[in-house]
Amino acid sequence: MSNILIYPIIIPLLTAMVLVFIRDRIKLQQWLTVLSLLATIAISLYTIYYVSTEQIVVLELGGWSAPYGIVLVGDMLAVILVAVASFVSLMCLLYGFQSIELGHKKHFVYPMILILVTGVNGSFLTGDIFNLFVFFEVMLIASYVLIALGGKKIQLRESIKYVLINVISSTLFVIATAYLYAATGTLNMAHLSERIALAGQEGLLTSISFLYLIVFGLKSGLLLFFWLPGSYSAPPPPIAALFAALLTKVGVYTVIRTFTLLFYHKPEITHTVMLWMAALTMILGALGAVSHWEIKKILAYNVIISVGFILFGVAVGTEQSLNGSFFYLIHDMLSKALIFITGGAIINIFGTDKLKEFSGLILFRPLLGWLFFIGVLALAGVPPLSGFVGKVAILQGALSAGELAVSIIGLITSLMVLYSVLKIFIHSFWGETLMSEGQEYSTGKHALLPGTILVVCIFAMGIGAEWVNTYIAQATEVMVNPNLYIEAVLKQISP
Amino acid sequence: METFMIIISGILFTIATYLILNKNFLRIVLGLTLFSHATHIMLISINGLKRGSAPLLGEHAESYTDPIPQALILTSIVISFALTALLLVLGYRTYIELGTDNMKKLRGESHE
Amino acid sequence: MKFTDVYLQTATKILVFLIMTFSIYVLFAGHHNPGGGFIGGLITASALVLLYVAFDLQTVREVIPVDFKKLAAAGVLISVLTGVGSLVLGVPFLSQTFRYFDLPFLGKTELATALIFDLGVYMCVVGTTLTIITSISEDDI
Repeated sequence: MSNILIYPIIIPLLTAMVLVFIRDRIKLQQWLTVLSLLATIAISLYTIYYVSTEQIVVLELGGWSAPYGIVLVGDMLAVILVAVASFVSLMCLLYGFQSIELGHKKHFVYPMILILVTGVNGSFLTGDIFNLFVFFEVMLIASYVLIALGGKKIQLRESIKYVLINVISSTLFVIATAYLYAATGTLNMAHLSERIALAGQEGLLTSISFLYLIVFGLKSGLLLFFWLPGSYSAPPPPIAALFAALLTKVGVYTVIRTFTLLFYHKPEITHTVMLWMAALTMILGALGAVSHWEIKKILAYNVIISVGFILFGVAVGTEQSLNGSFFYLIHDMLSKALIFITGGAIINIFGTDKLKEFSGLILFRPLLGWLFFIGVLALAGVPPLSGFVGKVAILQGALSAGELAVSIIGLITSLMVLYSVLKIFIHSFWGETLMSEGQEYSTGKHALLPGTILVVCIFAMGIGAEWVNTYIAQATEVMVNPNLYIEAVLKQISP
Repeated sequence: METFMIIISGILFTIATYLILNKNFLRIVLGLTLFSHATHIMLISINGLKRGSAPLLGEHAESYTDPIPQALILTSIVISFALTALLLVLGYRTYIELGTDNMKKLRGESHE
Repeated sequence: MKFTDVYLQTATKILVFLIMTFSIYVLFAGHHNPGGGFIGGLITASALVLLYVAFDLQTVREVIPVDFKKLAAAGVLISVLTGVGSLVLGVPFLSQTFRYFDLPFLGKTELATALIFDLGVYMCVVGTTLTIITSISEDDI
């Protein structure tokens, strides 16, 4: 039974390797990719069901028992994220099938996307902090190739910066892990949690936790986001959608995991710093989103704002706010994919991403307009949609913990998010049309299917929030009470 | 011995930082390789250099060396090998396309 | 670009076989002694790079008509499939086992499933390294 955890990692990996051999048969590649992702989704949904009814699944790789070997741990947080990540990448691929250029398709774009999914799923599932680094690298190397694929000038320039910053942060990750191993003598997260609790997280361990905060801040765009707007606006739209929906979210997940499972003993130091980092992220991200006039840049800054908002909930650290953060994280993966896919379609139609050159699209592409509009509302957190529930929970949790100032910042930045994306909507869909009949325009048709599916999901998650919450509450339970995780992995709790 | 190695890795970190702050791309790549070397040396020295015999291959030694730091370093070396190769290819392509390896000229303008 | 260096070429012809043999020895030794797939793969790659240096790209490609990208992919496939074998048998992923066989000429030999995994690593390393090196050296400047 515990072997079920390996499937979300090896199915995409094996498919990716098979695809290398059928390089020229694009149709077959696409079918295989869809099939493998569907299989991954199906298996991860079954795992969610199993975890919700039975217990946390633990896989000891190679049969080496827990603190000595590497384990994969499927608690609710991890398996839900695996399911959502696989689903979102399927949506981005459905959009990409039509809009990725043929040259890229022959240059292993699908294998790379599948390797990216492997890395993302692996990072969610692993229960070993060094293994987390390895899966991070798998994901990042795939993303380096994807961002540079095609070799346009802007892509090469941005990918150099992206790779450099990530190599440095990865090395810092190794350094932090070296310190942690020297201080505790273990790498298994459950065992680490136990030992840190035993040692009481004094100054040394708190400093190590700050090193981790810097590393994951660089990866997720928490305050150290200066690389993000440039590199997320360089690749073609489907790839950008995939990045926006997945990459920073893995960073967010690692922050949640490390600061709820390992370093939760000194919240007055670590979590306060994280709180103000999140607040600054929201403010700076919102300023960036409001001040730019290119779709890609505005959307990239929106990614930053949402990272700030989710980690604001994590930094507050009450059960309710963690619940809201996790809900909002799932919502954000779906809605970022939606807004990047529809935004990408708009860019394809006009052939540019400068807002001032757009106008009057609603006459020609009404469905696309509505999808984008729903995406805008979802980002801002308007009631029937899924963003609302998460936002309310985070803010309620924060207010009951007395974080009034940052809550107000969160609310104001929500308004600025609304303004910045409505700006795109107004400029591209309203007004006199600039499109003339004779000219050839990209139809933007291929964004409609994944867009519609995502909109349905966002509505369903908003309306069925009560039902979704039963699963999310289980994930939060583990975050609030790390002993559940430790018991599942180590089978017993030392006195 | 550990203290000596730590000082060595500190010197390497210094040189690496200097190189990374350079404008020339090739020097940055060299700096990154040195950075990861320094990390590896630090990793093995703060976790204790070889003190006993190899683990698993016999049960009669006085003490055993902890194999985990070495396994970590091996993994990390493989990854940094792949990353250096990738960076070199990327830098080369950039040089061909953009005709420069100066990071200042790679900043990019908004009007593009 | 064609250049001939008789010393280098003659020496290479002999050295390549020596290096290859050593790399395969290292690959097999890896189960109990220092060595293994990664190091073995790098040594093989160095032999092939020596060939590229001594002769030109075109000649070597005619002698060794292997697509290195596919070699790397095949290597990963082999490695992962050894893990899948343990899924079929219902034991944890990547479990390994070994048994002693009486092979002709070699006598009693220990064969472990970890060796198949290492073979995959070996192929993957050779493939990746040479893909990177050839992709840089293909351009004429």
